[in-house]
Amino acid sequence: MEILRYAIYRFGTMLLTLLVVSVLIFVIINLPPGDYLSNQIAELRASGQSSGVEKAEFLRKEYALDKPLWQQYMIWMGFMPGPHGFSGMIQGNFGWSFEFDRPVAEIVGESLWLTVLVNVAAVLFVYLVALPLGVLAAARARTWVDYTSAFVGYLGLATPNFLLALILFYYGHKYFDLPIGGLMDPAMEGEPMSWEKVKSILIHLIVPTFVIGTSGASAMMQRLRANMLDELGKPYVETAVAKGMSPSRMLTKYPLRVAFNPFVADIGNLLPAMISGSVLVSVVLGLQTIGPTLLTALKTQDMFLSGFVLMFVALLTLIGTMISDVLLVMLDPRIRYEERQR
Amino acid sequence: MTPLLSVENLSIGFGHEEPVVQDVNFSVSPGETIALVGESGSGKTISCRAVLRILPKAAQIRSGKMIWRGTGGAARDLRSLPERQMRDLRGNEIAMIFQEPMRSLSPLHRIGNQVGEVLWLHGGKSESAARKEVLECFERVGFPDPERTYKSYPFELSGGMRQRAMIAMAMVAKPDLLIADEPTTALDVTTQAQVLGLMKELQQETGMAMILVTHDLGVVANMAEQVVVMHKGRVMESGSAADVLGAPAHPYTQALFNAAPQIPATPTPAPPLPREDLILQMKDVSKTYTLRAGKAWAKPTIVNACMGLNLSLTRGKTLAIVGESGSGKTTAARIALGAELPDPGGEVLFRPTATAEPVAVHAMDRATRTAFQRDAQMVFQDPYSSLSPRMRVQDAMVEPLEIHNLGDRSSRRDRAAEMLRLVGLKPEMLLRYPHAFSGGQRQRLSIARALMLDPSLIVCDEPTSALDVSVQEQILQLLEDIRDRQNLSYLFISHDLAVVARIADEVAVMRRGMVVEQAPPETLFYNPQHPYTKALIAAQPEPSIDRPINLKLVAQGAGSPDSWPDRFKFSGISAPPLVQVEPGHKVRCHV
Repeated sequence: MEILRYAIYRFGTMLLTLLVVSVLIFVIINLPPGDYLSNQIAELRASGQSSGVEKAEFLRKEYALDKPLWQQYMIWMGFMPGPHGFSGMIQGNFGWSFEFDRPVAEIVGESLWLTVLVNVAAVLFVYLVALPLGVLAAARARTWVDYTSAFVGYLGLATPNFLLALILFYYGHKYFDLPIGGLMDPAMEGEPMSWEKVKSILIHLIVPTFVIGTSGASAMMQRLRANMLDELGKPYVETAVAKGMSPSRMLTKYPLRVAFNPFVADIGNLLPAMISGSVLVSVVLGLQTIGPTLLTALKTQDMFLSGFVLMFVALLTLIGTMISDVLLVMLDPRIRYEERQR
Repeated sequence: MTPLLSVENLSIGFGHEEPVVQDVNFSVSPGETIALVGESGSGKTISCRAVLRILPKAAQIRSGKMIWRGTGGAARDLRSLPERQMRDLRGNEIAMIFQEPMRSLSPLHRIGNQVGEVLWLHGGKSESAARKEVLECFERVGFPDPERTYKSYPFELSGGMRQRAMIAMAMVAKPDLLIADEPTTALDVTTQAQVLGLMKELQQETGMAMILVTHDLGVVANMAEQVVVMHKGRVMESGSAADVLGAPAHPYTQALFNAAPQIPATPTPAPPLPREDLILQMKDVSKTYTLRAGKAWAKPTIVNACMGLNLSLTRGKTLAIVGESGSGKTTAARIALGAELPDPGGEVLFRPTATAEPVAVHAMDRATRTAFQRDAQMVFQDPYSSLSPRMRVQDAMVEPLEIHNLGDRSSRRDRAAEMLRLVGLKPEMLLRYPHAFSGGQRQRLSIARALMLDPSLIVCDEPTSALDVSVQEQILQLLEDIRDRQNLSYLFISHDLAVVARIADEVAVMRRGMVVEQAPPETLFYNPQHPYTKALIAAQPEPSIDRPINLKLVAQGAGSPDSWPDRFKFSGISAPPLVQVEPGHKVRCHV
């Protein structure tokens, strides 16, 4: 009950934060002088094409770009009626991409959930690999198990992602017949969801997950090992041994629970780090994620598109931190009952 | 009677070093208590951990036997028992209680879960089947509300209650042998008395044997039938408690005895202190903290750390504030040093010299504060963490002079060398790092550092509680010598009446933020009035088997103020005033 109340409270604060973030994003996007259309108009004027100018002027009115900045923001978010009534982010209208000349929703469409899919897969990979290896390395500290896992971990950290991607593609294709590039069979792009498509996506997902997750996993493994070693020296571990617990049961019940807290707290940071970190990888691997789109949008001042992508990343981050906060409260009674001194 | 456990010629060492425990022999019979006594580094803890084979990884048992005759009857050598069988023994036949109840319980699991686990492991019981036994055990060890304790987390309990939970965890499987490693060292004296009483009662009920590891001869006298005195890994003396404590044969045992601070049996009360030249005065000092709840909708709670403190310290004398954890004694010291401001209305006045204008410590500006810091210094509790491990002794010592911009390089160094000599160390040690010093030497360094600015007031916050008894004795002696030689005044914070007995000229006993009794120590011990003071004195374990702790007296005074006799009784914060009962002796009571 307590936790549910906290979760609701935390959700409320998340929405507030999102509102503040939206203001920041809007201001930052509008910081460079001009906008996509005024740049275009200037360009057309210079080359004497007046017909194009008219169309651009029309678009400026259509998207309320001639209004003051605060009104533009209100219209964009859907707090204020624009030229076509209430039609903004909260009404589900994400705007128009001038660069691609299509609605933002259409451009981003599939890549939105592919981004989430790739990154969630990578996060899962990080936890699944780092957790057992980190615990094992700590329990067998200063033995060959520890040294081997540390060596492999440092290799993972030190290898550049794109290089790893190329190597894995080459050998994956050669020995396991894994596909190269993309997140699904090109024939299935734009097709409705089917069992075949899911299978194709899953096979395509193997290499990207590995590439994006490796460095995160090795970093987390090393930190988990260090945390576990700290915890193993604590008196409560000795108490557990003196009770007659078996080592494996003792390890997972007591020190791991305590050492695990920082990793739960990490979920929020992990998501955005992976998304921004995977932009380069996405370009190299030809993944249809949101990363490359964001890059183009920012370069061409395509404001509605970049605004939407940034909002999306912010939302992911906030959801990540909210999940980790709620999980922490569930996991650690000390945080639940904490009293702060004024 | 055949012994339950006999340890023969036990030797333990780390790596390739000299053994840290050598040829140790002792044995315990059912129902008997044996005490392993010694100072830190004597090998007493390592020896008893060897019995459960929970030694640090680098330590190996080099030789010896540990013959165990448990309920099964067959004699088994614990040294060579396979790990799996050892596991069945731990917690079931041999249980252990550790020193730090604060850290020996997992912070993230409920108490009921951690205690019940012993039964799931050994009895193969389910959580619900074990629950009843655990609740009974909680009731037995004195939890007022077992159901609630079952669901509590360790951080919701006080230190004494946590140690009770540890005892419950050790007792729930009804072991044949209980190993208690300094079970009460981290507790307040009155709590210690109650926990010791509880352990003894439980032992009489169940007939288990007990190995008690301790540094405190007073605890030994109250608990043990057999005593083994250890020093540097060897047994110095062993025998029945009556023999060893009554007539210690070995010089080391005698030295331990002489060093143990004791509350003196005072024949006469002392005359009241002169009050003409006061170096420090605290008038109506109160301090309240507001604790805000973690949630926005909960009401903040108000904590009264200090209430209506009126204390004055005569120049060249020592005023001791004695109290248990949470009594407000440290808050009082921090206010005296200006590190914390009293609530409005309170005043702290400091007179650097007899004739100088008093400094209002509660309202200092920057310049006065800097000047005040030269006159008032502090010696901290833990010499291990109060010196930076990365600074040479010399750098740590001249730092105060650098901060106050006094002298030049060579004069500063000379001053540091001089101060080292004053505290009984050698000037050659200036270039060393703190890790090269023992605990006692480090505390000497802290004292030397406090003296660098030539202060007139020193606040000592439990300066000896982290030290061994024999070292404690030396540090107290040193503090006394320096006080008399340099005409210093001490505000001495302690939880230990016996320590205070020798150094203080006046003692203020604090309980829950209030002074309950105040007098020169001789008067206080000759004629204690307040039930809480009486409890403190009674709870002090004495190294003589003829004078056991009077648990009734302890329980009477250590309870909450509304359980005190009518004359002293009050509830909440509406306390009676501090009344002068004889010259220089004040007691908080109804007239």
